[in-house]
Amino acid sequence: MNTKETLEPVESEEAPPIIGENLPRPEGIRKVCGTALYADDLKFDSCLFGRTVRSPAPRGRVRHIAFGEGIPWDEFVIVLPDDIPGENAVTLIEKSQPFLATSVRHIGEPVALIAHHDRALLNKALKAITVEIDEEPAIFSIEEALEGKEIQYGRDNIFKEYRITRGKLEEAFSEADHVLEGVYETGAQEQLYIEPQGVIARADPKGEVTIWGSIQCPFYVQKALAPLFALSPEKVRVIQTETGGGFGGKEEYPNLLSGHAALLSYRAGGAVVRMIYDRREDLFVTPKRHPSRTRIKSAFRKDGTFLGLEVDFVLDGGAYPTLSSTVLSRGILHSFGPYRIPHADLRARVVFTNSTPYGAFRGFGAPQSIFALELHLDRVAHELGLDPAELRRRNFVKKGDTFPTGQVIKEEIDLALLMDTALKKADYARKRKAYEEENRKNPRVKRGISLSVFFHGSGFTGSGEVMLGSKAAVRLLKDGSVEVLSANVEFGQGTNAMFTQITAAILGIPPEWVRIHQPDTAVVPNSGPTVASRTTMIVGRLVERAARRLRERVLEEGGLSQGYTGEEFRETAKRLAAREEFREEAQYVPPPDVHWDEQRYQGEAYSGYSWSCDVADVEVDMTTFQAEVKHFVSVVECGTVVNPIIAAGQIEGGIAQSIGYALYEDVHTERGVMVNNQYTNYIIPTTADIPSIEVSFIRFPLCNYGPFAAKGIGELPADGPAPAVAAAVAHALGYRYINKIPLLPERIAAVVLEEEETAA
Amino acid sequence: MTEPLDRMTLTLTVNGRTIKVAVHPMARLLDILREEIGLTGTKEGCGEGECGACTVLMNGVPVLACLTPACQVDGAEVVTVEGLAKETLHPIQQAFLEEGGAQCGICTPGMLISAFYYLEHPECAENLREALAGNQCRCTGYTKIFSSVRKAAERLGKTIPEV
Repeated sequence: MNTKETLEPVESEEAPPIIGENLPRPEGIRKVCGTALYADDLKFDSCLFGRTVRSPAPRGRVRHIAFGEGIPWDEFVIVLPDDIPGENAVTLIEKSQPFLATSVRHIGEPVALIAHHDRALLNKALKAITVEIDEEPAIFSIEEALEGKEIQYGRDNIFKEYRITRGKLEEAFSEADHVLEGVYETGAQEQLYIEPQGVIARADPKGEVTIWGSIQCPFYVQKALAPLFALSPEKVRVIQTETGGGFGGKEEYPNLLSGHAALLSYRAGGAVVRMIYDRREDLFVTPKRHPSRTRIKSAFRKDGTFLGLEVDFVLDGGAYPTLSSTVLSRGILHSFGPYRIPHADLRARVVFTNSTPYGAFRGFGAPQSIFALELHLDRVAHELGLDPAELRRRNFVKKGDTFPTGQVIKEEIDLALLMDTALKKADYARKRKAYEEENRKNPRVKRGISLSVFFHGSGFTGSGEVMLGSKAAVRLLKDGSVEVLSANVEFGQGTNAMFTQITAAILGIPPEWVRIHQPDTAVVPNSGPTVASRTTMIVGRLVERAARRLRERVLEEGGLSQGYTGEEFRETAKRLAAREEFREEAQYVPPPDVHWDEQRYQGEAYSGYSWSCDVADVEVDMTTFQAEVKHFVSVVECGTVVNPIIAAGQIEGGIAQSIGYALYEDVHTERGVMVNNQYTNYIIPTTADIPSIEVSFIRFPLCNYGPFAAKGIGELPADGPAPAVAAAVAHALGYRYINKIPLLPERIAAVVLEEEETAA
Repeated sequence: MTEPLDRMTLTLTVNGRTIKVAVHPMARLLDILREEIGLTGTKEGCGEGECGACTVLMNGVPVLACLTPACQVDGAEVVTVEGLAKETLHPIQQAFLEEGGAQCGICTPGMLISAFYYLEHPECAENLREALAGNQCRCTGYTKIFSSVRKAAERLGKTIPEV
């Protein structure tokens, strides 16, 4: 593109009425009728089923793979590392894990593939294979990695490190009336999308690969498979099927799984190969939220003024780099919260262990660092004798303030208003006092209430969006309807409805005349991955701009006049579409005032933030030590809300997942792998566990770069609930803080019983 | 002609249609529906009776199709998500559409069947929470599912207790 385009912020309060309407999700009719087609629902005339042979050891060389007796092996398709036609490495940010390892780094690592048309025989065959490994010593914890034991990555087991500094931290500590240190830990968390990972592949040995699957990022799969088969990317076609949840879990893993299915197909001469994981395999091998350990040291004046913050944020990355560096980045860029902090020194590291690689999960590093900071602030408030809400109120950032990254807040934000709205809805002030009195009298049940305040950046970090250079398109169809072409998938979060509403709003046509093309790399432009709370704010704006261009051309070439009716548009569109391909595209343009210094980690980390305050109201049963959330309030500022029911639904779901993260969800690992890898043994909230969840939206004066001033919300609700719940549990327990989630009954019991013993 | 040992022929009625299939006696109802009859609306989320995505009605009662072997379904009458809509959507389907009861949609078929059964038999559970406790959803946090079922109840003229 030659013409230099500048992106204007959207400040207008005026949007067509379809923006803000509760349009039912366009694909919803298929979902409620059972006719939506997910990967496992696709039919092919004949196909093979594929399975993966995995390492039983956490580290070592594969000495031998023994194919046992009693299996007709000549009927099987078998792929070993030597059979790979191209490069044996998944390419993502850097070359990451091999598709098939000859030297393994974690239990469960793929070493070979087998396929057969008879599933029962295939499963029997898998059991007849023995993988022999010359085992070497392995490490499984952040501590062992940092001690430099068994170095297996770089010089120090550290995949990536970031440092953000601002002001002079020593001055903050010398000036401070109050200094507090703490260590906060979070466990791994499983996405538990209800549709397990699955893809279907056809790899024609003549050089065409097609993948159908449950995938968040079709172009990532294309990028990963092209070098695997030594093909140019356009020879790899990736089609997203209806996707039964992802939450980040289907961002990266489909690269590996698609490679496996395609390798089997290639080896089988192009036969269709299905690889649909069952739940146990899915839980055993797929990436989960990174476990974290955060040390915080804070400096405050006794009036509650925040002077300085020191953070040492460490993530367990597992055995391969995968996406960990970017997870770490988002983690550290959300570690300082929405507060004015004159002096800060923030350090972040992600380390190697011989564990299943950890990966993307909604929030992407931010839930871990925000958990640490927000729970720490609750402790600071308690020690200073301030209400936790009051401590925050005294330190909120306002327009013109600066984050430790040097980013100046340009939006007219009012976080006190946001917080007060939530506190009022939750009846916080009265309950906080009443619970303390009740708790003194009631030894059986203790109640508590507390809060968290947080933000989440929309879109890729820093210059990430510039590097992606995403494109989206809109075109006229022969029946006069309009089709949106993008790579951004619908996986429950409302992409289809949102794009439909934006397009209908710009073109002034009914939403029924807008269609969304299924993400298919052979047809749609690369609008980037469906991650990072970017679909609405970044891609929605591309769709909006493409639709505006289309509208201008329809007016001009179709002879339509301003103020046309929908019917007139449709007739003109029919005429124009009959003549030739009538399509308009828009490419990402960065906002003019967004700069990012990758070396110093300074600048506008995100071009827009959404803001939120959560209040958790909890109860702890002092007989069973089970904590339960009784009521949950969340107030969200995300600019314009395109579809309130879908937006609130997404937030409610995120809150439920995060209540699970705080209280129930325990990924139990032994030697680096999940051993409670069954639905029965990994507890997520059910209808019986979930509290009443009250979500509402407020709007700050609009000024951002999203379509109709809409910002992202996908990840936001993953950030705040865990620290609010943990702080509320501490309140219930008379300010006995437990700095590690999940708050399983045994963890709560340990703290309470230890204190009783000491007292006795 | 005698039947081979690993095969049994059975007759069942699915969504009002009577069908004869020959399957392994331990084949799951889920596989019969999805693979033999081609009704893929019923989903497999866990294969061990925990997630509820495969819930169908068998002889009028909700069962988990992943735990129901073929040998138990001979002569049975089965209703799946595909059988809910008649001329128009059933009010429970319509309400899920309008109120945001479905997001990714993978739990929706089982959830709709359980909700449908509850609306027909509100006495079967103390409240909606109990009625749907066997159906897990990872997207919605259940709030919009509750409002969907309440809306459907209203339209059907049924009274259900508050959650």
